Amino acid sequence: MKINVQLNGLALALEIAPHEFLLDVLRRYGCLSVKRGCDTSSCGVCTVLMDGVPVLSCSLFAAKADGHSITTVEGLQREVAELADFMTAEGADQCGYCNPGFALTVLAMKRELAAPTEEQIRHYLAGNLCRCTGYVGQMRAIAKYLGVKE
Amino acid sequence: MKEVNQPKPKLEGKGLMLGRPVYADDLAPQNALIVKVLRSPYAFARIKTIRTEKALQLPGVACVLTYKDLPRNIITRAGQGYPEPSPYDKFVLDEVVRYCGDEVAVVAAVSEAIAEAALEFIEVEYELLEAVLDFEQAEGNRSVLHPEPEAHSKFDIGMDASRNIAASYRMNVGDVDAVLEQCEVVVRDRYYTQAQAHVMLEPHAISCYLDMHGRLTVVSSTQTPFHARRVIGMAFDIPRKDIRVIKPRVGGGFGGKQMTHGEPLVAAVTLKTGRPAKLVYTRREVFESTFSRHPMRFDIALGATRDGRIKAIDMNVLSDTGAYGEHALTVVMGAGSKPLPLYNKVDAVRFNSVVVYTNHTPAGAYRGYGAIQGLFALESAIDQLAEKLGISPAELRRQNMIAEGETSPIFKIMGEGGEGVAMTMDSCKLDYCVRRGMELIGWDRKFPRQTVGPNKVRGVGMALAMQGSGIANIDMASAVLKLNDDGFFNLMVGATDIGTGSDTILAQIAAEALNVSTDQIIVYSSDTDLTPFDKGAYASSTTYVSGNAVKKAAENMKRLIEIEGALKLRVAEGEVEFDGTTLRRKDGKGSISLKDLATGLYYHANQKQLVASDSYVGQKSPPPYMAGFAEVEVDLETGKIDLLHYAAVVDCGTTINPNLARIQVEGGLVQGIGMALYEEVRYTEQGRQLNNNMLFYNIPNRLDIHHVTVEFAESYEPSGPYGAKSVGEIGIDTPPAAIANAVYNATGVRIKDLPITPEKVLMALKQRRQ
Ligand code: FES
Ligand code: FES
Repeated sequence: MKINVQLNGLALALEIAPHEFLLDVLRRYGCLSVKRGCDTSSCGVCTVLMDGVPVLSCSLFAAKADGHSITTVEGLQREVAELADFMTAEGADQCGYCNPGFALTVLAMKRELAAPTEEQIRHYLAGNLCRCTGYVGQMRAIAKYLGVKE
Repeated sequence: MKEVNQPKPKLEGKGLMLGRPVYADDLAPQNALIVKVLRSPYAFARIKTIRTEKALQLPGVACVLTYKDLPRNIITRAGQGYPEPSPYDKFVLDEVVRYCGDEVAVVAAVSEAIAEAALEFIEVEYELLEAVLDFEQAEGNRSVLHPEPEAHSKFDIGMDASRNIAASYRMNVGDVDAVLEQCEVVVRDRYYTQAQAHVMLEPHAISCYLDMHGRLTVVSSTQTPFHARRVIGMAFDIPRKDIRVIKPRVGGGFGGKQMTHGEPLVAAVTLKTGRPAKLVYTRREVFESTFSRHPMRFDIALGATRDGRIKAIDMNVLSDTGAYGEHALTVVMGAGSKPLPLYNKVDAVRFNSVVVYTNHTPAGAYRGYGAIQGLFALESAIDQLAEKLGISPAELRRQNMIAEGETSPIFKIMGEGGEGVAMTMDSCKLDYCVRRGMELIGWDRKFPRQTVGPNKVRGVGMALAMQGSGIANIDMASAVLKLNDDGFFNLMVGATDIGTGSDTILAQIAAEALNVSTDQIIVYSSDTDLTPFDKGAYASSTTYVSGNAVKKAAENMKRLIEIEGALKLRVAEGEVEFDGTTLRRKDGKGSISLKDLATGLYYHANQKQLVASDSYVGQKSPPPYMAGFAEVEVDLETGKIDLLHYAAVVDCGTTINPNLARIQVEGGLVQGIGMALYEEVRYTEQGRQLNNNMLFYNIPNRLDIHHVTVEFAESYEPSGPYGAKSVGEIGIDTPPAAIANAVYNATGVRIKDLPITPEKVLMALKQRRQ
């Protein structure tokens, strides 16, 4: 079957199988920034934005994306690069596998929350796991990126 | 120091965040067959019959392989130097399956759906064998996991397969029993550590294809490409020259990717079909069918004089290696060789260890590598001793711990899998680490406990740790540097960056030695065809061992540049100076830029390519040190533990990159906190994993981690590149004991088996009240 989506700003008709998850379809269409870390919607590594809202592409049927706009890191290179500068300046990046999903969630949070506190940031990002960094470095980077005061 | 000891951004950090295709699955050929593995539903069974015809008939299935289709070559998947100190006890596919999740058959098909369907069509009849699921009952059990005659070790590792012993080791200094006898105060206790899962976020992923010469090319998320090449060659009797292993970016390893898991399975498909193939593990497979941390049981006795001089340490360890013996000996030795020298003023030490086979998911390398297990036991016992002596735990440690300029006989006796090397501590700032850590946590104000509410108490606890920096006299690294025609360099290393930032760190070391800026170094890491040999990313070795190799290679390159510069400037060698961009005659009568020199060398006169290389093997393995401090709040009604603050002060020598070193320690700490409080691979009575997914196996998330402080001692290790020691593992080592000690100080109950769950605390509190 076919679904019509705005993928990273381009109107596209994607060929999908009815049971396919969005993650697999996106990777098949070349959005390799989208990763899989688990099979139980637990890690957040597969996060993409649907109409600007973070969703777990590993457990969202591709069919559900029909008529929606989907954004991956491939579509937000400038914004993500800006965030990446803060992350790398802090040394808050390690293997990077969690980073694309994390970046999209941060960008969505930035749009959604005005002047969030550290506690709000922690809650917003709670679903994005990272096994390498221990989170505090990421927090330092985001705080600087958002201009949060300690 | 211009380039090292600087917080340079990680070279590939931006590209990774921008989602560039770099990991094994991203790079797999589009037309790769999808490989799926049929895995044993039983903990221990013999395959009576296995029929694959129906699966093979399914349209789209390219091959189905069972033990009948593969050579019967016994290997170890350990991914260590050769000969490995691990038993050879694994066939790529075997007639006997030894744990739930063991490989039964391999299917390759044109799509995932077809491959999965094909698994259903394989008909297997099993003869169930009596599983050994309690590691305390394994030794000498009538059920023997490895009766096959091929199982062997390459040298004496204390293996006795007929008694389910994969490895064993014992050593002693002095007469422990006699010294304990004389001690005025003795503590004896038993501790347990659990199986922990690595949970790197990128599941194991491998793709294989035959290149235009028909050579097998393997792209794998591995920590040890050169060892993987050797293991694949041995498994299939193919010369190593016909195999190439490429390590792309790796999404975390922590020891879990030191071993070869799926590589031989995918290789078998490509060798059989001639077609590209790929296997990406499901998370369930990562849990059930790769490795976990070795669970261990410790029996410890500590003896001291009344005034707090520790005189004897007796440590007896039983370790569970699961169904196969990867890292059986070396991890258990780490449980002794790393913790024991911390208290080096003793008269006698004994270490006795047995590693047994059970029908569990195999255990293997995992950050902390035995040290974290041993330190949990030892550092818990030290606190118990302190209490019995009526001395503060910090004071007891200060009186007895190792210091700069000192040594321990254990360094010489115990290495990893064999003898160690004698070392004097040229750098050891443990004293500073303890002092500073106490300040950071507010020890003097907070020890041992504060009551903060009717049912809430807070406590602080501490623990020390040491690790190593590579494996002395065994593990080798090398580097090749190439000067390019525009004056920039390629650094080729077999060192395997698995997310730690080692490519950046090695580039910084090369830049420092060459006196150029780090951005002039383009790093290429880990391709067995293109990069020189390196043992791989393990044993906290990359900065120290590979770093020294890079430094030597870069110094060689600098010499070559100066020789060519002297020639060009028509003076004798030694009469020019290189400042990083320009070569100048010392007499001030001429200069040439590196760029012009290189351009000349490649396009004009005296034409030649400048290439420099060198190798390094550590003559010692200088330990990094750490003091860790935990402040916890315990709810006495529910047993719930909140970790309010963790402060760590680390001596890892000079940090080559302070930012990356900090993140390594922070990441390690949080994994250690996971082991202390949340994580445990659990099994049913039939030996199936209960929590084989990330829903039920909880790694710490952002809400669990409040306040973590990491600082470094000012330290310089003379044998390290620019004073550096390792930092990869040390961070994980202290949380289990420090948190257990903090919980005890807060509540008066001591949890001696990890993880420290609210249930255990609550039960212990209840028992105490009765
Ligand atoms: S892959 Fe883990 S939440 Fe989607
Ligand atoms: S950086 Fe490796 S999982 Fe986050």
